[in-house]
This record gives sequence, structure tokens and C-alpha cells, in this order.
Amino acid sequence: MNLEVLVFYLFASITVAAAVMVISARNPVHSVLFLILAFFNAAGLFLLCGAEFLAMILVIVYVGAVAVLFLFVVMMLDINFAELRQGFLQYLPIGGLIGVILLVELALVLGSWTILPSAGGVAAAQTPAIGDITNTDALGRILYTHYLLPFQLAGMILLVAMVGAIVLTLRARPGVRRQSISAQNARTKELAAELKKVSSGQGV
Amino acid sequence: MDALLKEYFPILVFIGIAGGLSIVMILASLVAGPQKPDPEKLSAYECGFDPFVDSRGRFDVRFYLVSILFIIFDLEVAFLFPWAVSLGDIGVFGFWSMMIFLGVLTVGFVYEWKKGALEWE
Repeated sequence: MNLEVLVFYLFASITVAAAVMVISARNPVHSVLFLILAFFNAAGLFLLCGAEFLAMILVIVYVGAVAVLFLFVVMMLDINFAELRQGFLQYLPIGGLIGVILLVELALVLGSWTILPSAGGVAAAQTPAIGDITNTDALGRILYTHYLLPFQLAGMILLVAMVGAIVLTLRARPGVRRQSISAQNARTKELAAELKKVSSGQGV
Repeated sequence: MDALLKEYFPILVFIGIAGGLSIVMILASLVAGPQKPDPEKLSAYECGFDPFVDSRGRFDVRFYLVSILFIIFDLEVAFLFPWAVSLGDIGVFGFWSMMIFLGVLTVGFVYEWKKGALEWE
């Protein structure tokens, strides 16, 4: 057994163990931390496949941004989690159904490659040989031209997400006094100060 | 494949050292340190009395907004990397493809700016 296989089993087993802990940890914050561990190990698995770019993006986007978002969401929800857990059996059928659908989809994708090896030819380009061309370069060569429509759709989805988040969560707070720099700079000496001539012994 | 993985081998060594060192530190403090457990050592200390509320306070929803806006622009930058690397091969078409993508997100950025979502009062 060489080192590559050993490292694969190490990463894969930690990923599965962390994923189990995500759904079984009592504290939801611990769940998010285990999710981060699972992301890191998945990045390691991507590296073993030779997908460097995806591995780095997984760390930057998922660990750096999505996990932080999850932490905020967990901290924002004011739910009694012990109470939430009691409905576990109630949600088991629908959760199980979604899990089975995902499993079938994964099996279809992977199974079609083994049943019909030519199915891989549908892709615009095969994984290039390492050393020929870097992973990032190979992605860039087809992502913006051959896969133009999905790429632009991704942009539209990001736009919708941005607008949706602003519409849903942004609310103007009344009574907040903001600093207006232009208004400050527009004040002149005449507007800001007033000179009064006070004769001595009179008071203002 | 092997050449690629050889470049990442030092990182694996670092991960191994980091994991091993943290395990050693925890185990050493368990083994070498004096263990005198006392319930008072674990009890809450908040100016002498038990805390009234859960320490898990609720966050303002504005943190969520900042976080999701960060993710969106993070992804935008992630898309820029392969584009910048392969720009010499994909030509004018690839260039304008990315410009449209950036334009769509700039529309969102202008909307966000004008709405005041970037301000923290």
C-alpha cells in the first residue's frame, strides 16, 4: 500500500466521521466546526484527484466564507435546540427521502461512467495530464467559452442572491444620526459661528 | 500525478506535525499536570453568582447580510482566477464573457451601495 492510498483513506475516513458528527453533535456550533473539518478533508481528497484549483477554492470559499455564514446563522437563530431535536422522527421521512434522491443521483452520475464509458465524452474536455497544463488553466480554457451559458447563469444567481439578501434583511433604522461629510464640508464660517458684540458690563 | 503530489508532500508533513504536536500537548498536560478536580473549578463565575441568561446571545441579522455579500464577491474573485490564467487562450470572446459577468455583478453592487447595505450606521 503506497502513501497515496494511505492518505486517501485517512482523508476519506475523517471526512465521513466529521460528516456524521455534523448531524449528531448536540451543540450546533460544534456541528459547524465539524463541517469545517469535513471541508478541509474534502479539499485534501480533491488534491489527491489532481484538482488543485477546486481544493483551494473549497478552502477559500467554503471554509473562509460559507462556514462563517453558517456560524452567523446558528448564532442568529434563537431556538431551543433540545426542543428541536424532539421532532427528529417527525422529519425523518422527508429528510430520508431527500437523502435517497441525492444518493440515486450520485449513483446515476457515477454509474453511467462505468456502464457506458463513452458518456465521459460528453464533457468538453477530459482532465488534462498533469504537467501538460495546470489545473486552473484547463478550467479557464473551457469555462468562459464552452460553458458560457452556465457561467452567466451563475452570475445571475449571484445577483439574485445579493438583491434577495438586501431586500429581506436590510431595514432602515429610524433615529440614527449618520455622519454626512459633504454637509460638514459645505458649512462656512458664516453658517457655523456668530459673532456678537457685547458691551462691557452688560452680559449677553 | 505523482509529481503534483510530491509538491504537496511538505504540506502533509506540516499537517502531521501540527496534529501530532497538539495531541502530545493535550496528553502531556493530562499525564504530567497535577489533577485535583473540584466542582468549584467548573462552576460558572460571573461576579460570584450564577448567570441569569444563556451565554449564546442572538446576533443581529446585519452580520448575515455582510457575510452573504462577502461570499458573493468572494465567488466573483474565485471566477477571476482561471480567467486571468487562461486569458491568452480564450481570446476576445472569453474576455467579453467575463466582462458581462462582472457587469451583472456590478449592477448588484451599485444597487447594494445605493440601498445603503454597506453602511453600518
